[in-house]
Amino acid sequence: MKSVLSEIITSKLLITLTSLLLLANINVQAEYADVVLNKYAEAHGMRPVIYPHWFHRIRFRCKVCHSELGFEMRAGANDVTMADIIDGKFCGMCHNGEIAWSTEYCDRCHSGLPGLKPGIRGDSETSGPGRW
Amino acid sequence: MRKTIFFTSLLLILSHTIYAGPQQKWKNLAEDELHDPANPAIIELQQPAEALSALPGDYIGNKVRWVNALRHGYIEPRTNFFPETKIRVLDLDIIMERTGEMGLVKFPHKAHTEWLDCNNCHDKIFKMKVDANPINMFAILQGEYCGRCHGAVAFPLTECLRCHSVARSKFKGKFGAQYKDAQHKIQANTLAK
Repeated sequence: MKSVLSEIITSKLLITLTSLLLLANINVQAEYADVVLNKYAEAHGMRPVIYPHWFHRIRFRCKVCHSELGFEMRAGANDVTMADIIDGKFCGMCHNGEIAWSTEYCDRCHSGLPGLKPGIRGDSETSGPGRW
Repeated sequence: MRKTIFFTSLLLILSHTIYAGPQQKWKNLAEDELHDPANPAIIELQQPAEALSALPGDYIGNKVRWVNALRHGYIEPRTNFFPETKIRVLDLDIIMERTGEMGLVKFPHKAHTEWLDCNNCHDKIFKMKVDANPINMFAILQGEYCGRCHGAVAFPLTECLRCHSVARSKFKGKFGAQYKDAQHKIQANTLAK
């Protein structure tokens, strides 16, 4: 009885794993953890902003932005405006022409396809996290 | 029945690895369905493959073992912006007991605090007390607790065994914080204050 049960569990596990793999294959899109910022961008005639986590974490640990600079760790929770950035807040802490390129290079950040919804992208997520 | 499923899975996994291939691991920015190929500045941006192919590989997420990349010196990301910021790294494992039929969860503070500060999680996401957090997979899958990062910016929730990594039958110690000695306990508890 016990071995039958364990067989069922194993096959169920394998089926789940396989379907997840298949899903992962189909869903390849963007780079894992890219964030689209489009609360204001397109409304003001600019392309949406694509923020690549991969690029930044090679250069900075998570805590630099998420602890010292005060970015909340939840897509949509940070009300990032261009005025604040130019004022030296949020992205403007580094993107000031000293640490990283300044705000005059609009298109390097405002680089997204028109019509993108704000949020975080990943390629092999499970069904969640639903709140992103 | 079991054999058939096993071999089908194996075949799919293998084909997945071959199909994914090194050249398809990271999409070009112009083809990632996110960047606008019509943007003239797209050629000024670094391509993911250029940066990520030099780092320790993974088969999920963005195909990089970030903890290893940092630990083995492949990357040297800055630890702080302000010179006065205290760099806090804690080496303390937490063994979580209530994991149903899955293996016990070993949470390594070290791998996490090499990237994050205490205050990223404490007390906003996790109370700093063993058993004080009703962590469960339903909440995690909804983006709470560990799901705040895992599945979004850190390895996805399909990797069950990376967290459920300790066999219940083999664990003989006490659940909770795995202090090495009394001194370690004092150090750990003063760090976050």
